[in-house]
Amino acid sequence: MPERRAFPIVVVGHVDHGKSTLVGRLLHDTGSLPEGRLAQLRAVSEQRGLDLEFSFLLDSLQVERDQGITVDAAQIWFRSAMRRYVIIDAPGHAEFLRNMLTGAAAAEAAVLVVDAAAGLSEQTRRHSTLLGLLGLRQVVVAVNKIDLIGHDRQRFAEVAQAVRDYLGGIGLHPAAIVPLSARQGDNVVARGEATPWYRGPTLLEALDALQPRRPPEDGKLRLPVQDVYRLGDRRILVGRIESGRIALGDAVRFLPGGQSARIAGIEAGSSVAAAAAGQSVALSFDREVFVERGAMLAGAEDAPAESQVLTVRLVWLDRQPLLAGDRLVLRHGTAEAKVTVEAIEAVIDVETLAAAPALALPQNAVGRARLLAAKPLAIDSVAECPRTGRGVLVRDHRIAGGFVVEALPEEARALTPVDAPVTPEERARRNGHRGGVLWLTGLSGAGKSTLAMRALRLLTDRGAQAYVLDGDNIRQGLNRDLGFSEADRSENVRRTAEVARLLADAGMIVLVALISPLAAQRAAARALLGERFQEVHVAAPLEICEARDPKGLYRRAREDRLRDFTGISAAYEPPEAPELRLDTGMLTPEAATTALVAHAEAAFGLSRETITPRG
Amino acid sequence: MDDLDSLEAESIFILREAYSRLKPLALLWSLGKDSNVMIWLARKAFLGRIPFPVLHLDTGLEFPEVYAFRDRYAREWGLELIADPCPPLETVDPTLPPASRIAARKTAGLREAIGRYGYQALIAGIRRDEQATRAKERVFSPRGLDNAWDFRDQPAELWDLFHLDYPPGTHLRVHPLLGWTELDIWRYIAREGIPVSELYFARGGKRFRSLGEVGITFPIESEAADIPAVIAELRATKSAERAGRAMDHEGEDAFERLRVGGYL
Repeated sequence: MPERRAFPIVVVGHVDHGKSTLVGRLLHDTGSLPEGRLAQLRAVSEQRGLDLEFSFLLDSLQVERDQGITVDAAQIWFRSAMRRYVIIDAPGHAEFLRNMLTGAAAAEAAVLVVDAAAGLSEQTRRHSTLLGLLGLRQVVVAVNKIDLIGHDRQRFAEVAQAVRDYLGGIGLHPAAIVPLSARQGDNVVARGEATPWYRGPTLLEALDALQPRRPPEDGKLRLPVQDVYRLGDRRILVGRIESGRIALGDAVRFLPGGQSARIAGIEAGSSVAAAAAGQSVALSFDREVFVERGAMLAGAEDAPAESQVLTVRLVWLDRQPLLAGDRLVLRHGTAEAKVTVEAIEAVIDVETLAAAPALALPQNAVGRARLLAAKPLAIDSVAECPRTGRGVLVRDHRIAGGFVVEALPEEARALTPVDAPVTPEERARRNGHRGGVLWLTGLSGAGKSTLAMRALRLLTDRGAQAYVLDGDNIRQGLNRDLGFSEADRSENVRRTAEVARLLADAGMIVLVALISPLAAQRAAARALLGERFQEVHVAAPLEICEARDPKGLYRRAREDRLRDFTGISAAYEPPEAPELRLDTGMLTPEAATTALVAHAEAAFGLSRETITPRG
Repeated sequence: MDDLDSLEAESIFILREAYSRLKPLALLWSLGKDSNVMIWLARKAFLGRIPFPVLHLDTGLEFPEVYAFRDRYAREWGLELIADPCPPLETVDPTLPPASRIAARKTAGLREAIGRYGYQALIAGIRRDEQATRAKERVFSPRGLDNAWDFRDQPAELWDLFHLDYPPGTHLRVHPLLGWTELDIWRYIAREGIPVSELYFARGGKRFRSLGEVGITFPIESEAADIPAVIAELRATKSAERAGRAMDHEGEDAFERLRVGGYL
């Protein structure tokens, strides 16, 4: 029989309903306790004046023993005749809901523990709601402490019905509802003699009947790009297939942007011809693809929608409530984006499961919200593709919420640009040239800004409509919320390209002076601007740039005081085929400017004849 | 995919997440079986060559066989090995029990390395099934300004959207093997032919099941002289893996205190 990974289960429910005791009992009765552990347990229990206290098995941290509660998701293995299990003992204390979520998100199935006397508590209801949110569909209910209600069949039937009704309301249908006593060991592993009226499975039998989830190999192809590695001059994309399968020669698309390519190589430990959901792979393609971490690889035919507005069902974990208007970072697959909470549409009342309108989502609450992302996201709805229809929200460096995508509103996908009554041709006639972008890329200190400013003077003198977008200047205004991480730098480039496009649409010649270190960033700008994009590599050797060091940045980077500095601690990918290359290590500023302006004239139809003489 | 394939795919995913978002980073190589597996996985993840340093926190107290192993495979695997000596015993918390004090030198060495190289993340080969305190860990686990682990206040870890963010002055511990068991490790070693120190195999009726420093690590009774025998032994055993590690047993909370202070 092939070995399989242990089947992960989570045990949830109210703090006093006996979860730890149940887990201790399972370990003991399946003979899974390590040698000496039972003796140790007996000793620790006696020290505290208790009978054999199974919950001490899990409460291994001093603090838990002192407070008598389980703090975190400890993992423990046991084995039935059929398979191995790993139990995540999720805590019940409300304060630690994020730990219960962490456990449940990793589990295949849940055991929901309900006290036979107390019935469904608020906390049990909340946990159940979260199981529903997390998409954990396999649930076994343990109605515990059945001995304390005298093994009363009638009372058990009432509790079972209440549980079934409530779970039904959140779309969960328990595989079994088992009357048991963790302390006595009845109906946990062995059948109890005190409940002759119960004919269903014991807890262990119910667990053995559950099915392991299979990776969604037959789903739509989704592979969030984790990273791009260079192997010699080849670019290799790495990531894990979340859903679907790939094979050599398959046509795929990258989102956002929509570049397409065919798969030319698949590495999964060794070179393979095909791979499927669950596998970590390294891919090469039949052509250059310019993508970065965060892109989504999908099938050519069934790519996800790109949406900026999403309606999510979420659980909020931060002490500070979530409010409409809050700005957060959304993470989804390997992508991240800034989002604004447009509206909290509802808070779910866990007692009644009613959705009530609200202005805020307090800690540990479940609700529905509408999020507006700063850029389009290649995201699915959870119904469409569970593994790529979910994500987390980050605030102040902490994961503060988890969500699944309920809907991607249609109107958000279809923003219709309004046609302007003035055409580009009309503007070109008036200006004597077409609008376009000279994109100056190169290392810090290569002379991009100097060159752009000189060319601006010359072009303006010749009557052209020209403007400079300088990286440093834009960072003081439009992009002042961005740092220097790879994601922020890409966003910096993206916004600058968008502004350049608007100015080019308005008929101007735009000189962009921006390091824009990565080929993928510049490829995205090129995709946006089409043939109006003229890439100019302002190429000076690193030694020369570093010797110039006009802003003292190289010195700081060398002293390790500047992280992610291009050329020193971050990569610069020189353009492979720029429209123009100016070696500013060799050329004088005058010669370089002349060459740049000559290129602009050729590219944008600026000629002496078309320029209106001044004065 | 069988169970080892899926463990491998998951660990590779974790290693790539770490390298993509957390720089500079380093991998902690204890020279034991688990971190050898981790290096093996990292070489797969990064297509042959590990693009960051491998750190050995050297107490000077490893077994001689272990040093020989280190030097050989650092060369064979093309590792960028950093093996700075750990600070001396006098510098660590004198209130810790004796074996824990020796182990705490590693914590101090780790703190020094973080200060010296500015690591944002350290990859460590701990597993949840080794020890109850480690069972509480996250895959991406934040460490505070003083290097400390605040197990009472761990962030949520939902699906594979790991905690990749850290405030200035703090760092993350990354645990690619957290979900593996001791048996998984040995079965993977067997399948892949991963070299491990010969101390793991029985000589004269004893072998090391867990490797630590000379003087605080003790062999177990065993006749398992090769990998299949070790696997067979583990399938049958009910005793704990770290039974031979003195610092785990000096007090009910000794290991927990070590970990809160930044130990692995």
